[in-house]
Amino acid sequence: MQSLTNRSKQVSNKEMTLIERAYLPAILNGMLITIKHFFRKKATIKYPEVKREFAPVYRGMHVLKRDENGAERCTACGLCAVACPAEAITMTSAERKPGEEKLFREEKYASVYEINMLRCIFCGDCEDACPKEAIFLTDRIVPSDSLREKFVYGKDLLVEGVEENKRVDISKRQTKEVLEFKNNKELQHNRLK
Amino acid sequence: MMSLIIYKSILVLIVFGITLFIAMYSTYAERKIAAFLQDRLGPNRAGPFGILQPVADGLKMFMKEEIIPGVSNKFLFILGPSLSMLTCLMTGTVIPWGSSLHIGGGEYSLQVADVNIGILYLLGVTSVGVYGIMIGGWASNNKFALLGALRASSQMISYELGMGLAIIALVMTTGTLSIGEIAAQQHGGHWNIIYQPLGFLIFIICAFAETNRAPFDLPECETELVGGYHTEYSSMKLGFYLFAEYINMFISSAIIATLYFGGFNMPFIGRFIHEPNTLVLLGTFFLFSKIFFFIFLFMWVRWTLPRFRYDQLMNLGWKGLIPLAILNIAITGIVMWLTGKIN
Repeated sequence: MQSLTNRSKQVSNKEMTLIERAYLPAILNGMLITIKHFFRKKATIKYPEVKREFAPVYRGMHVLKRDENGAERCTACGLCAVACPAEAITMTSAERKPGEEKLFREEKYASVYEINMLRCIFCGDCEDACPKEAIFLTDRIVPSDSLREKFVYGKDLLVEGVEENKRVDISKRQTKEVLEFKNNKELQHNRLK
Repeated sequence: MMSLIIYKSILVLIVFGITLFIAMYSTYAERKIAAFLQDRLGPNRAGPFGILQPVADGLKMFMKEEIIPGVSNKFLFILGPSLSMLTCLMTGTVIPWGSSLHIGGGEYSLQVADVNIGILYLLGVTSVGVYGIMIGGWASNNKFALLGALRASSQMISYELGMGLAIIALVMTTGTLSIGEIAAQQHGGHWNIIYQPLGFLIFIICAFAETNRAPFDLPECETELVGGYHTEYSSMKLGFYLFAEYINMFISSAIIATLYFGGFNMPFIGRFIHEPNTLVLLGTFFLFSKIFFFIFLFMWVRWTLPRFRYDQLMNLGWKGLIPLAILNIAITGIVMWLTGKIN
């Protein structure tokens, strides 16, 4: 019979010879294997000092982007919440008051925007669904905690900062296909005039 | 006389300190070696390369809550770990850590007590070590602890026999029971391993079993016995049990090195160095490097071989090692008779 892997071994139920029954050669063989591992390169990454490199499309903690002028892009349309298979996203919308043009890009904005990080499966559907290029997944990791309540992330944790150094870089996530899709004529309203 | 007492007291303290220190760092070495054999890094947070890890571990042990079960026999519960610790520390006295130092015309032996029945003393004291485990397991009033203790004691008694028989063959060739004498006899490369290879094999297997190290670590077995004989122990009392195991390992390594690997002797070294005191200290250094090798061997084996099943363990002890040891005695006798050493 053809074997599926190259690791298959012929087995037989023959009596063990005296040397085999003494097990010493087998034990020495095993010890030889372990001592080889002693000198092998270690697989451990010393985490806080050395960080493992993520794939460019790694899906970590979300960010709510601001536009070039520092206004929130999210218009609380709810498409991300609809797209979310885990139903992790909830939001409340509010109307922009006069004088708040610097804060919010369009007339409607999310007064409350929450993602339950315990429910989130980091599938990235919210990112795909967003017509405003507002929500993105980043290479940041959701920190651990011992309280469940703390995993409901509000706008304070999700919206990126206004300052240049507090902006979250998501350029790696905007692959060619994504940009092409977002440049679709039907989505032109999304571009800054 | 007075100076001798002072000297011996100092020596005892030094041996005591070194034993504890090595046992302490054996725990660290164990974790490091385990990690290395498994392609990990091991403890590396406390101090450079994690060398302060044993201190942190000890501190943790002391700070932990101490629980004595209400249904236990309190006196015996405390006696158990103390006895374990006491017996394993007592064995260090008869091991020759080097030959004699010459200071100011006097000769000072690096052996605390050169009793002429050293081997008997060793076997006796290590047998008492079973009591520590047995009492601990029994006093806990816990079925799992009792099972662990029973397994430990039957295992240790079984392997004590094989060990004793292996030593008998050794005693036949050396003609003495004094460990200092045996160590001195192996001067010039006449290590006993050459004359007693089978005896050595039996002895080292029994030593593994006596120290409750893998693959003979049946007394402590999380998967079958919750924890083993120390299930109910917490804090430093548990620490004592674990610590005693490491001291046992150190002492066993020292005994193996002394009985079979020439102790403080190293062939050819006398040709290069003639200053007697340097030679003695160098001998101690060699002894310790041998000991460290055997400690490493203990750990190496532990992280290679899986634990025995209980019937396999008993089979090996009674049907394997004891007949082999008797055979070894017979062979030794025949060879000695043929070479004319006995008539």
